[in-house]
Amino acid sequence: MTSGLIFACAGAAVFALGVAGVMLIAHLLRRVLAFNLMGSGAFLVLVGLGQRAGVPDPVPQAMVLTGIVVAVAATALALALMRRLHAATGRAELPPAGDDD
Amino acid sequence: MKRALVVLAAGLLAVLLIAAMLQLPAPAVDLPAAVGARLGESGVVHPVTAVLLNFRGYDTLLEIAVLLLALLGVLAAGGRETAAGGARAAPAALRMLARLAVPLMTVVAVYLLWAGALRPGGAFQAGAVLAAAAVLLHLVGLLPAWRSPAVPLRLALIAGFLVFLAVAAALLASGALLQYPPARAGALILLIEAALSVSLGLLLAGLLLFVSRGGVGGR
Repeated sequence: MTSGLIFACAGAAVFALGVAGVMLIAHLLRRVLAFNLMGSGAFLVLVGLGQRAGVPDPVPQAMVLTGIVVAVAATALALALMRRLHAATGRAELPPAGDDD
Repeated sequence: MKRALVVLAAGLLAVLLIAAMLQLPAPAVDLPAAVGARLGESGVVHPVTAVLLNFRGYDTLLEIAVLLLALLGVLAAGGRETAAGGARAAPAALRMLARLAVPLMTVVAVYLLWAGALRPGGAFQAGAVLAAAAVLLHLVGLLPAWRSPAVPLRLALIAGFLVFLAVAAALLASGALLQYPPARAGALILLIEAALSVSLGLLLAGLLLFVSRGGVGGR
């Protein structure tokens, strides 16, 4: 088992942690953080699997670099939307399912 | 009950994913070797930069477009009506530290931009450092929040995307989109990266500074 494979397995565990967080946590800030955790897990899997043969693969590294920047932007957008929701309703949680038209 | 079920399911997912990865066959295409073989034509020496801006330039072009979209979304959703209140006064030591750190961070950003051709570095890292410098200045109260983008700021925000797109379109005339001629690839990549660094820094900083409540000034 190479170190790359260990990174990938840790990434899968982090991803599952994020999935559980997204499903369990109601507060939107923490849910966005859990969603970021899923993203970090996926990045770790990509980079880890890319170097499981011992030689680092520049292609997944470049894609992860792209992904990190996009994830930051998406997080900022999600937080802006959350702030808007908080300003409109005074709550940082989504209304319960079935409440929308 | 639901909590236990979800935790159990997530654990199962992790086990499944790990089991799948342990059985993964060797990749059919040896990408590191393929990148290494064409590195000489890419105009840069560092393989990650070569992939980012040459071999998979599309990704980077679309990425900066996604960032612009995200900023537009933040501008549209980030309540301008909440923008009130003056800048908080940070302790004097913190302000002085920020004043000392920001010029250094700017130098580091330029170094990272230049180093991208040879070793880890490049436009994204440089842009992130620039954005961090702007956020630091804002947090200590030296840089007011941006109210709405004036024309110069708008131009700087889209400069990276436009320069990238212009280079891509110019190359379309002589072949395929984003297929640099090997002789000029290095210069073109440096041009794109320089524009990307400035735009990325402003975009990433704008994600905070356009919605921040601190400060009453604007640009």
